Amino acid sequence: MKLDLDPALVRRARQLAREAGAPVVDMARTHTTVSVERAVLRLAGITGADPDGIPWVNRLVDAVRNDAGLEHGVSLPVFHALAETGETDLTLLAQKAAAGSVRFTVPVKKDATAAKRLARRFAGAGIKQIDKRRAERDKLIKRHGDPKQRPWIYLIVATGDIYEDIPQAQAAAREGADIIAVIRSTGQSLLDYVPEGATREGFAGTYATQENFRLMRAALDESSKELGRYVRLTNYASGLCMPEIAALAGLQRLDMMLNDSMYGILFRDINPIRTFVDQRFSRQVHARAGIIINTGEDNYLTTADAVEAAHTVTVSQLLNEYFAKEAGLADWQLGLGHAFEINPDIPDSFRLELAHALLARELFPEAPLKWMPPTKHMTGDVFRGNLLDGFFNLAGTLTGQGILLVGMMTEAVVTPWLSDRDIALQNVRYVLGAAGNLHEDFVPAPGGFIQNRANQVLNEAITLLEDIKADTLLNAIADGTFGIMKRPADRGKGLDGVAKQAEGYYNPATEILESAPAATTDVSER
Amino acid sequence: MTDNKTIVRPYGDTTGDGMVQVSFTLPIPHDKKAEGAALQLAAKMGLEPAMLVHAKPMGGGFTFFVVYGSVRHLVELEKVQVVERDFPLLGAKEVNAVVKKRMRRKLVVVGACIGTDAHTVGIDAILNIKGYAGQKGLEYYRELRVVNLGAQVAVPELVERARAEKADAVLVSQVVTQKDAHLHNTKEMSAAFREAFPAAKRPLLVVGGPRFDELATGELGVDRIFGRGTTPAEVASYLVHALVEKKAVPAA
Repeated sequence: MKLDLDPALVRRARQLAREAGAPVVDMARTHTTVSVERAVLRLAGITGADPDGIPWVNRLVDAVRNDAGLEHGVSLPVFHALAETGETDLTLLAQKAAAGSVRFTVPVKKDATAAKRLARRFAGAGIKQIDKRRAERDKLIKRHGDPKQRPWIYLIVATGDIYEDIPQAQAAAREGADIIAVIRSTGQSLLDYVPEGATREGFAGTYATQENFRLMRAALDESSKELGRYVRLTNYASGLCMPEIAALAGLQRLDMMLNDSMYGILFRDINPIRTFVDQRFSRQVHARAGIIINTGEDNYLTTADAVEAAHTVTVSQLLNEYFAKEAGLADWQLGLGHAFEINPDIPDSFRLELAHALLARELFPEAPLKWMPPTKHMTGDVFRGNLLDGFFNLAGTLTGQGILLVGMMTEAVVTPWLSDRDIALQNVRYVLGAAGNLHEDFVPAPGGFIQNRANQVLNEAITLLEDIKADTLLNAIADGTFGIMKRPADRGKGLDGVAKQAEGYYNPATEILESAPAATTDVSER
Repeated sequence: MTDNKTIVRPYGDTTGDGMVQVSFTLPIPHDKKAEGAALQLAAKMGLEPAMLVHAKPMGGGFTFFVVYGSVRHLVELEKVQVVERDFPLLGAKEVNAVVKKRMRRKLVVVGACIGTDAHTVGIDAILNIKGYAGQKGLEYYRELRVVNLGAQVAVPELVERARAEKADAVLVSQVVTQKDAHLHNTKEMSAAFREAFPAAKRPLLVVGGPRFDELATGELGVDRIFGRGTTPAEVASYLVHALVEKKAVPAA
């Protein structure tokens, strides 16, 4: 331990995060959302969309909600109707429901028991599929191997056209990327459905669809074979369809998902209750699927000052950790985020970055932290930008970060060109080659600048957590504690898709996930 | 140095040397021919003589080049023409300061996509705190109160909300242009506002979208049109300019 953090303070910080988060978990356990219910039906096998492109799963959940409400969950009415109509296929049932030829009721007594059994069988099949995908990943990692170095190198592609993304992603892997992230189209987070099929048009990104997931994973499986290391694929379980996208990611063997507990609330004005309910379910799926989540603390620093607001990152990391573990994620699955966003013009900015990065490292020693490059102070001066990225890379390796998102010198100028990516990777290779083991020699002076700063940030984080606990997390969010956004619990997008669970609410997927056998992945090597 | 230069050339280390550096990628593998191709491009760009100082193969089919050379073109300062923005571009802090000082209340912005247009990309890029092009959206501005109604908002609903929220400005984004839907929707919207509000009380009407002609404000009945690539700071600066700087301060 390089920072000499007081273990009692660290325990206190975790305890406070648990106490602040617990009421939110209680709320998440007692509510459901349209997207959670749709995710359950997707796991149960429903696919496809109507001629207007509205997924059948949306049509079905809307129909059930109309007839029977959302508060009992859709599983009981849907599987009761499935048994009654003698159908065996949920997609066909959805088509009938859309045509108005099926009515949904909440079954009772024997009918309810039968519907539950059927629901559990269908949802169980989807979860078994996720288990198979996870075993497949373990096998491929064993065969091809993990990246030889830490941090893992994370690169973004974002053309809007999945068929253009694929060769770019394969080229990036060849040039050294260990993780490919396909950025989503702007605005997908606010769509209350998941688009269908392979897509060729997007705004500054490519739509997350099950087919796009499948195509890209298959392409990177080829690359993994070619390169002799398993190339991971990342997408976004965020926005209004977070739970469904988590389910699709599990079904298509994505490896990492962006999944923050508060990002959608603060930056997309999505209703806080909707977000916390969706988030818990999506994290349960990620836990089961062996997916590494990436949290979004870097975003706070793009709006707030990275020095003044350093402790809000720590607070958010602690909350994200609590919510993640409560949902069943293991330490190796927590890609907690932070970023190199301190104004380079202030004195000692690099020492401050090291202090903050090392604090995260030592607070979460087993987590593969996600280290995000400078964006706020990238100005279009590409020469200075390349230098900043070099220092970012150095801070990353010096403080043992797990996942390094490669910074582009053309940040804020253009979407990266082929040559930008090449120059950025050259930068990473140089720093890791020249200083990849420097962390062995890097020990901040006892009582020196870096130790003092890290301890100061931890203390500020504890003070803020005490305030949040006293105020409750939902009120703190409403009051504008994070970022500067005020997000009250009774406002925001997607609130009309939330329902308090009624007596007798049933969700077969949650039931299976919460009684899950322990994770099987051998994590000793990670 | 004199102030009355009319003709200049780029400056490397000697006045008049014309030196520039360029970097680019050609979609061909790196070999002797590729280097020749890079020099040919440099010559066509006006760099003569040109020095190829760096060539690097990238991923098999591409080569990256850095070229230095003397560009033969002259810059004629007298012929430089620029289109001036008719309002000053302000930072978030300046916008907040002006609103706080001059309006002494929050400036209220109501935004929506109207008609059947479900593409909230534009309005979200301008309004959401996440923003666009590295700039935070208007929600980030402390002295602006932003009400984003989202997609597929009916014109009467927009008028009602603008009235209820006491909107100073209404922002509408339109992406879909099939059968000129963006033009029809915008005209319908501006007519509705003119009908519902007396001229002095009508909120400022601003539309944006990739296919609008920025000069068509009169025809569409709006106060301002923003085209592709508009940033949140430009919109915020315009609002402050139009509502605070140009007008007398309305009673709070």
